Amino acid sequence: MNVLTILIPVSTGLGLLGLGAFLWTLRAGQYEDPAGDQARALSDEHDDHPAPQAHESS
Amino acid sequence: MSVAACPACAGAVPGPRAATPDATHLLHLPDIHCGGCISSVERALTALPDVLSARVNLTQKRVSVAAPGLPSQVLIDALARAGHRAQPLDRGRLGPRDVELRRLLTRIGVAGFAMMNVMLMSVAVWSGATGATAQVFHLVSAMIAIPAVAYAAQPFFGSALSALRAGRLNMDVPISLAIVLASGASLAQAFGLSDRAGWFDAALALTFFLLVGRYLERAGRGAARSAAAELAALEAPQALLVTGDGTRVVAADSLVPGDRIRLLPGDRLPADGTILSGATDLDRSALTGESAPAPAGIGDAVQAGEIALTGSVEVRVDRAGRDTALSRMAEIVATAEAQRTRYAGIADRAARLYAPLVHGLGAATFGGWLLVTGDAWLSLDVAISVLVITCPCALGLAVPVVSTVATGRLFRDGILVKSDTALERLSQIDTVAFDKTGTLTTGEVRLATELGDDDLALAAGLARHSRHPLARAIVAAADARDIAPAQVDGLTEHPGLGLEATHGTRRIRLGRPGWAGPDSDGPSAFLDTGDGAPRPLDTAERIAPETEATVTALRARGMDMALLSGDGPRAVARIAGALGIAAAQARLTPEGKVDWIADRRAAGHRVLMVGDGLNDTGGLAVADAAISPGSGLDAARSAADVVLLRGGLGGVTDALWTARAAMARMRQNIGLAVAYNVVSVPLAVLGYASPLVAALAMSLSSITVTLNAVRRFK
Repeated sequence: MNVLTILIPVSTGLGLLGLGAFLWTLRAGQYEDPAGDQARALSDEHDDHPAPQAHESS
Repeated sequence: MSVAACPACAGAVPGPRAATPDATHLLHLPDIHCGGCISSVERALTALPDVLSARVNLTQKRVSVAAPGLPSQVLIDALARAGHRAQPLDRGRLGPRDVELRRLLTRIGVAGFAMMNVMLMSVAVWSGATGATAQVFHLVSAMIAIPAVAYAAQPFFGSALSALRAGRLNMDVPISLAIVLASGASLAQAFGLSDRAGWFDAALALTFFLLVGRYLERAGRGAARSAAAELAALEAPQALLVTGDGTRVVAADSLVPGDRIRLLPGDRLPADGTILSGATDLDRSALTGESAPAPAGIGDAVQAGEIALTGSVEVRVDRAGRDTALSRMAEIVATAEAQRTRYAGIADRAARLYAPLVHGLGAATFGGWLLVTGDAWLSLDVAISVLVITCPCALGLAVPVVSTVATGRLFRDGILVKSDTALERLSQIDTVAFDKTGTLTTGEVRLATELGDDDLALAAGLARHSRHPLARAIVAAADARDIAPAQVDGLTEHPGLGLEATHGTRRIRLGRPGWAGPDSDGPSAFLDTGDGAPRPLDTAERIAPETEATVTALRARGMDMALLSGDGPRAVARIAGALGIAAAQARLTPEGKVDWIADRRAAGHRVLMVGDGLNDTGGLAVADAAISPGSGLDAARSAADVVLLRGGLGGVTDALWTARAAMARMRQNIGLAVAYNVVSVPLAVLGYASPLVAALAMSLSSITVTLNAVRRFK
């Protein structure tokens, strides 16, 4: 059962990694415009020249 | 800006944060719908020299533009050239973004992470881990669960505390009790104080599912609220202030009594006041429901909300902002609204019944087991299982999921549901009261008299220079018959009277009885061509395109209908006759409408009011439910539960039928949730419910009600 001392931190760590990723997507505003992101994913307009993002500071 | 190594990264990683400019303009783009629109809007805007950046939000149909110092008209013109309609949004009126929603999402994330990890460990315990191994699992679970619960379940604790402080019980009290007791008992047992199974996963699953319900509720409300705020922001009223050296455009909010403002034909009055110079015809339909414009001249009092149709006038502001008759009316509405929000929704009623039952059951179970076995830990454990299983997880999801699905569906059809309990109140309606002008009718008039070709050409020649509704009707009639307006010279508009011009040697007048023709009550106007007797002109209101279908559909479902109008008996009778509405009331004051609705309600009917004007707001506020067209006045829209953004009355039936279907679905869901409890509660009271059974019952019932809610309507 000593393997647990490694596996439990590993599994919890992986979970925390997922949580961190979720919080990052939330903070980066990736749920602000789902419809727009859907459409943008297929457009190759900004492939070479990424557009700067305007912040809605409201 | 550097070119990223792979094309996909380029879109995902925005440039350095410091370099991204703040948005200065916010425009509403009602027509955008696809990826092509996004790039064409952004390209059109960034092509302008002063625009630093432009970003479209397709979900909200908005574009935020960073262009310091650039007037928004330049942006709108650029978009018009690219083929997009755009309207400026007043950011002050949009209000702050809902940060609570994002916080809820974070809590859901934390609860979900903790739930999954703790469940994995619980699987080990349930499959037979004992001794030190089980102890380690419990301790690790506690390390994850206690902070996670303390953070994620805060909304429930807060709401339960404030309810208890006010001496009430709400749904959050049993929820908080179950979460706290389950965590506390499991903590004790993790430190070896008892050897019962742990409840950490149950506490976390409860938190997680209930947070999802909370989030859906809030997101649905937030979407409606932001759309309503957007409607208000669209209309930022402006005024033309007369100063020493000309005129200046100012926000209507900044007017003070004593200011002088100029009103051009077509402008809506931003404040109450007195006409100092000039004369015009006033369209008062929004305030009184009267379809015929009234002349106004020097010294006449005018009210905010009226529209000047013909001449330009200068007005001294007597009351502005919150003091105008319009705003005072809005305040009356707000008070009546507060009354309506006290309406207890189906979820509240269920909670009121449920909360004492859950507490009683939990306490009785604890007492009973203590008496029989004398083992306090065991009794507490069984009591917790009862609390966890009865906890209104499914009940908390049953109603919000359905209303989110239903309001979302209506929103896609251009029907905005503003209030929480609107669906439920709409589902009980048996009487529909309509306003006439602007609701059943388009508010425009059409020419009811058949004129000869030459006369019509002359009339259109005069009329095309005026904004008066009759003039527009004449131009429309001429267009419909493909008659080119005749050339006229020296056209002058006499506000309050009519139009005058010469054609060849003849003097031609188009105007009200007594000026262009004999003074009589019958026709709305006369056309005097200087050749023969003046021709009388009759007008009729145009019934809005979807009105007849709506009225027919309502009648087919056995709804009572009534027409409540402030207009004269003749105009009302004509529309009521055309639509077959028997109960028609004319010349009703705003109070009259309120009384009529109150009478009906006292007689046990559930009344829906549909109206758009200021004279309807009282009725909209006292009715059981209220619908207002998007073209309605601000005050009417804020008094209504539902706003039809699409135009036309078709949304009335959509809203009513969807509300009924949604209510049926909510009842079904509550029934399902109760059925789960009926099966599992006896098991729990008898002590057969292990944490595993509790977790299964909870998840299964939550998933069942969610699936049942998203199932297709009808």
